Amino acid sequence: MTPATLLLALTLLSVGAFWIGKSRSLALVGGSRGVRNLHSLPSHYGVMTALWCALPALAVIFIWLAFQDSIILHLVTSQLPAGVRDLPANELSLVLNDVRNFVAGNVPADTLSEPVRAAGAEYLRLRGLSRMALTVIVMVMAIGAIIMVRSRITPELRARNRVERVVEWILIGCSTIAVFTTIGIVASVAFEAFRFFQHISPIDFLFGTSWSPQMAIRADQVGSSGSFGAVPLFVGTALISLIAMVIAVPIGLYSAIYLAEYAHPGFRTWAKPLLEILAGVPTVVYGFFAALTIGPALRGWGASLGLDVASESALAAGLVMGIMIIPFVSSLADDMISAVPQSLRDGAYALGATRSETIKQVVLRAALPGIVGGVLLAVSRAIGETMIVVMAAGLAANLTFNPLEAVTTVTVQIVTLLVGDQEFDSPKTLAAFALGLVLFLVTLALNVLALHIVRKYREQYE
Amino acid sequence: MSNTNKPRRTAQETQAIVERSLKRRYWAERRFRAYGLTAIVAALAFLVYLFFVIFSNGLGAFRQTEIRLDVFYDPEVIDPAGTRHAEDLQSADYQALIRASLKKKFPDVEGRAATRELTRLVSGSAAFALQRRVVADPKLIGTSDTEWVLASDAVDLFEKGHINRSLAEAERPLSDQQLAWVDRLIADGSLGLKFNKTFLTRGDSREPENAGIWGAVAGSFFTLLLTLLLSFPIGVAAAVYLEEFARRNRWTDLIEVNINNLAAVPSIVFGLLGLAVFIGFFGLPRSAPLVGAMVLTLLTLPTIIIASRAALKAVPPSIREAALGMGASKIQMVTHHVLPLAMPGMLTGTIIGMARALGESAPLLMIGMVAFIVDIPKGITDASTVLPVQVFLWSDSPERGFVEKTSGAIIVLLAFLVVMNTTAVILRKRFERRW
Repeated sequence: MTPATLLLALTLLSVGAFWIGKSRSLALVGGSRGVRNLHSLPSHYGVMTALWCALPALAVIFIWLAFQDSIILHLVTSQLPAGVRDLPANELSLVLNDVRNFVAGNVPADTLSEPVRAAGAEYLRLRGLSRMALTVIVMVMAIGAIIMVRSRITPELRARNRVERVVEWILIGCSTIAVFTTIGIVASVAFEAFRFFQHISPIDFLFGTSWSPQMAIRADQVGSSGSFGAVPLFVGTALISLIAMVIAVPIGLYSAIYLAEYAHPGFRTWAKPLLEILAGVPTVVYGFFAALTIGPALRGWGASLGLDVASESALAAGLVMGIMIIPFVSSLADDMISAVPQSLRDGAYALGATRSETIKQVVLRAALPGIVGGVLLAVSRAIGETMIVVMAAGLAANLTFNPLEAVTTVTVQIVTLLVGDQEFDSPKTLAAFALGLVLFLVTLALNVLALHIVRKYREQYE
Repeated sequence: MSNTNKPRRTAQETQAIVERSLKRRYWAERRFRAYGLTAIVAALAFLVYLFFVIFSNGLGAFRQTEIRLDVFYDPEVIDPAGTRHAEDLQSADYQALIRASLKKKFPDVEGRAATRELTRLVSGSAAFALQRRVVADPKLIGTSDTEWVLASDAVDLFEKGHINRSLAEAERPLSDQQLAWVDRLIADGSLGLKFNKTFLTRGDSREPENAGIWGAVAGSFFTLLLTLLLSFPIGVAAAVYLEEFARRNRWTDLIEVNINNLAAVPSIVFGLLGLAVFIGFFGLPRSAPLVGAMVLTLLTLPTIIIASRAALKAVPPSIREAALGMGASKIQMVTHHVLPLAMPGMLTGTIIGMARALGESAPLLMIGMVAFIVDIPKGITDASTVLPVQVFLWSDSPERGFVEKTSGAIIVLLAFLVVMNTTAVILRKRFERRW
């Protein structure tokens, strides 16, 4: 059976198990009139049978499937002719790729060499065997569990407590996924980055000023050893984020002040959701907008002023990113301003201050930590933003602070290095993970700092 | 006080100072207020301009130029042997039928080169359209019929006004001769804009006039469906545990910190995780909605958990106490009483999370959902792409015709987002309850 049909069969079996458990418990006490003699409701006995039938079988299926491919591939590799097996790792992985493609039916068999076809056939045979074994094991386990639980059901069995304990463990399991995601991110990114740093020293990576991730295809090739100095990327990211913040902070802050302090409630109920739309538009739309409209427009204006603006300038990407970030700044600043107690404002008014003086000298000062936290969150959003810069900023790793030139960013390079065909052990691919690690750590630091500031500030007035 | 050695001002003097400065202060007040209003107007103006650009570019994608031809389904061309086998019908030279009917329309065209230029007015896919018609209904063979066939990309651009006639001949995709033919077609009403069914029902293509978004829509559908099936139960379960069962200790604090941080981790990092773990380690297929959905699940979980916890918090404790007082177990209290009351809030949060997942493209680039895929995906392990990634792919294409398609795809994407967000707002309005 394929995994999908197996899962379907297991689902049907557990539905059956539910009815078996339920009717067994009812039968034991002589039908629905004897329910009060049962410790738990009949459906609890049913659910218990179903859970005992499905959960262990599901665990077996997932573990089996997680390791099935790598084990079969290992077996297939060990049966390849010695000449193929002794190939260098990257060529061997190409051969294995051919085998995989053959198995998936992506390539016609007659285009492949004989060992690959043989290996593909062997792969298919082993996979069939493995699926059959899995089906038998799962079915035996599921049916066995039903029979066992059915024979154990007695009126005194505390089915509800058992079911509830299992459900609670499932809830705990679901809540730990967030932790495992973080661990997964750190482990996978750090592991690949570590492999990258075995080729390139971290010092060269973090402080080198030349970025051209071209690796030599042949060992004897000249002039393309690749250099992985990431400073131009960091500078480019910082430049674009800076431009974005120059746009987003004043506009966002002034919008928030107006909405929180001046706006008529009717105006506020309309303007606030409209501003939020800016945050809901997919970033790929902004990227298209920047590349189609803003980039050429800036180039045209620059030309009329006698400036030479690159068509993929940092300015275009930064401008559009700034627009995208306005609602993040404004809604956080709005929250912070609204959290300032009215008594502070009243105090300022009583001393004769105008509204704007109150806002500038009292409200904003009181809300400043929170606003700074919000801006930090927006900076982290700008640094991690991908699609706008991929579509509107360039690929050229220029080390420049001139916003009119093309720069590239960390996220752009990650996308460029990883989209398309790739091998997992070339420094070129691994460099993307090293960049990802830097990106993750920087945004993590910003987020932790920002959340800390925001939380501390919120408690101050509560 | 620092000014003790200055002479004290009288009340009148102070008042005079204040009154003198008042004008300036009121002026500053008005200016400050105007800045705020300007900021909002500027932000909204950006929004309006963005939508204006997208819609003015993209509405054309829903209409397509077609050419009316009198096609004679010539038995000599389609099926000279007269077998009517499906295979023979499929392999026939339908381009010849189009050539013949074009020649009938323009009898003055002579010579190979001119004929070739003439047939370039019609899209290469028109022959396939005829082929499909004939295979579906072999009785057509031997009859004549008036067909609207797809015009080529260049004619489409001209009809929509994107080609400047005054440019030099070499700089535009249509030659003088072709323009003259197009003018004649327009004059006798044989060329017109029709509703673009291709765009809404077909997969991707290298030719703009044949490209459609249905493949991307199907890919988005499978990905989102699976994301929903994974993230909603997991998110709700996690929220229920954290809000109703967990005691506050180091472990739950760690979980909370993690959820809050994951909500702000750049989406591309989730893509790296998916690439390294799901594809690299577990060997799941690249470009498949299965992996895309798993990555998007991890991405949307924090949103759903945070929204679900807020919904659970809003349920008053008296309801829990009443349930427990009647002898319900804790699980019964949650499933019978708390969850039904918190469900609208949870659904709202989930829809908003799904809307975010629908617009997300960066992590999907990492796991290879950027391939050029013509076929419509039929399941969660077929190679496919999604709407925002399709937008990205088309925006990269050099052909002018794809600008329109890109904007058209964005309009479709925005339409889905509007529907989802409106549903969320209505849900919130309708079921919002103040206790």
